[in-house]
Amino acid sequence: MLGSAVPVPADVAVEPAMPDVLPPIKVRRGLAGFVYRHPTIAFGAALLIAMLSIAVLAPYLGTVDPTALSPAKRTRAPSAEFWFGTDMFGRDVYSRVMYGARVSLTVGFSVAILASLAGLAVGLISGFVRWADGIIMRIMDGMMSIPPILLAVALMALTRASVTNVVTAITIAEFPRVARLVRGVVLSLREQPYVDAAVAAGTRGPMIILRHILPNTLAPMTVQATYICASAMIVEAILSFIGAGTPPSVPSWGNIMAEGRALWQVKPFIVFFPAVFLSLTVLAVNLLGDGLRDMLDPRMAKRL
Amino acid sequence: MKSPLLEVTDLKKHFFVHSGALGTGGATVYAVDGVSFTIDRAETLALVGESGCGKSTVGRCILRLFDITSGQVMLDGKRIDELSAGALRPFRRRVQVVFQDPFSSLNPRMRVRDILAEPIRNFRLATSRAELAARVDRLLEVVRLPRDAAKRWPHEFSGGQRQRIGIARALAAEPDLIVCDEAVSALDVSVKAQIVNLLYDLQQELGLAMLFISHDLAIVEHMTHRVAVMYLGKIVELAPKRALFAAPKHPYTQALLSAVPVPEPGAARQRIILKGDVPSPINPPKGCRFHTRCPYAFERCRAEEPALRATAGGHLSACHLHDLPAAQNPLAAAA
Repeated sequence: MLGSAVPVPADVAVEPAMPDVLPPIKVRRGLAGFVYRHPTIAFGAALLIAMLSIAVLAPYLGTVDPTALSPAKRTRAPSAEFWFGTDMFGRDVYSRVMYGARVSLTVGFSVAILASLAGLAVGLISGFVRWADGIIMRIMDGMMSIPPILLAVALMALTRASVTNVVTAITIAEFPRVARLVRGVVLSLREQPYVDAAVAAGTRGPMIILRHILPNTLAPMTVQATYICASAMIVEAILSFIGAGTPPSVPSWGNIMAEGRALWQVKPFIVFFPAVFLSLTVLAVNLLGDGLRDMLDPRMAKRL
Repeated sequence: MKSPLLEVTDLKKHFFVHSGALGTGGATVYAVDGVSFTIDRAETLALVGESGCGKSTVGRCILRLFDITSGQVMLDGKRIDELSAGALRPFRRRVQVVFQDPFSSLNPRMRVRDILAEPIRNFRLATSRAELAARVDRLLEVVRLPRDAAKRWPHEFSGGQRQRIGIARALAAEPDLIVCDEAVSALDVSVKAQIVNLLYDLQQELGLAMLFISHDLAIVEHMTHRVAVMYLGKIVELAPKRALFAAPKHPYTQALLSAVPVPEPGAARQRIILKGDVPSPINPPKGCRFHTRCPYAFERCRAEEPALRATAGGHLSACHLHDLPAAQNPLAAAA
């Protein structure tokens, strides 16, 4: 039976051709090249780095104690002495806005990291342990059916106002989104032929997850993390604005706006400055997220 | 007599599909329902049939990508269908796979070098870094890829080149049997010829056994020693290639062969057009599974399921027609 195979006819055999040298393409290298190829990431990252510098260097940016009261100098308009004016207790709005960057960025980044980790863990379990999937996902659906702000307000009502509790509350409200994303990615990845090939090649379960599933989950997760970061900063501001977030003793963009709200029609600058900074920071993070999404998607055409 | 390399006996794989709000409802898909065949060392068996007939499921059962419902899979005389994951590992090396889609069968985030090194590391086939690198180089050479392919990413290659990488990965484990699951179906014609020739050469050089799953009879005719034809989860005919192509002993094979294009314009040929659609594997017809579409079906076909048994010319065929006197058997004439 073995000898019955037909020999390969000479005219059917086609030698594989692979060019040794690819045609040269002008590629811009270095930082300039990156900015040219990914303008959104570059702009978003620059803006975010500026905000981070403000947060870190707040004491050295010509600020005074952001909590120092001076009743004699209440509600001054912006001037050379008070760049952004003063609020109803005579506190320097410029100093408060600079220090406020710390709260927003801390909350944004902490929530993004914690929600990603929690979501990754829950999503992996859900994607791999089939019997647990139904139970876990129904709980996640339940949590997602409550608006994140309401959920965070409810959680804050259970605890004392502090930045840590704000981070915890927003993380709990946001992580089901990551869990659902990771679960979906895992479910599609585990059906990929290269995962089957790895099983056939003798790779053990934990290594399959580490080598074949996780690296392909990270790209969509990073993008999701930036959106969660932006959303967390807004939720923090809203919580502080309605008095359920950062305690009044710590300046945050949310509670500066809350305190300026009563004077909005006569002294709009108290609300205006923290609002501009919050908007710019959220914009920076969103631009970064959009840019990353495009960069990490291999189907998107690349600019050379 | 020495045992064959692979022996599959009465293999069944049923899937349960859940339906309804709480997963209470459900149905059983009889994807593979009692399949038996053997593959000898250095032999190629082709498994052909239309989409959804269960041929890929057979391949995945042999690879133990999932547990089988019943039956036996023996590799070199040892049952591997009952082994635990740990005990199975030494046998995994001996059966490797090449998949259909060259784009999803390579992890986009691993370099070619790491893709090829994975099985070598897993099965400890290299003792040092230098030996590992040498093996990877050798594999690329075997599949006719340039050496510098090792440090590239899968997306830098064309479909045919990726399929070569997939073949190299299968060879990396030094297997005895390769399951080619529609390995050339996704490639265009010229590339298909290259890969078919490569597989053929490799088989000759390395003495590999192959389970060649395909729906392309022209390529099957070129590649294999024996052919098994599947219909709705069962093998309906199993015969040496030449005998099968010359004189099919099952009405379904006959219809399949009549659909192969003839490379001669204007050549007269008689197509057998089957009526109706393939029945659902959730509710396969009683009796012979092919009776709903068979042009020769008679009373017995509707009631009794034919067994796969020897007929003239070294064929195994599952058809009641062979119990009729030769004069009344429309399949006998061709022999």
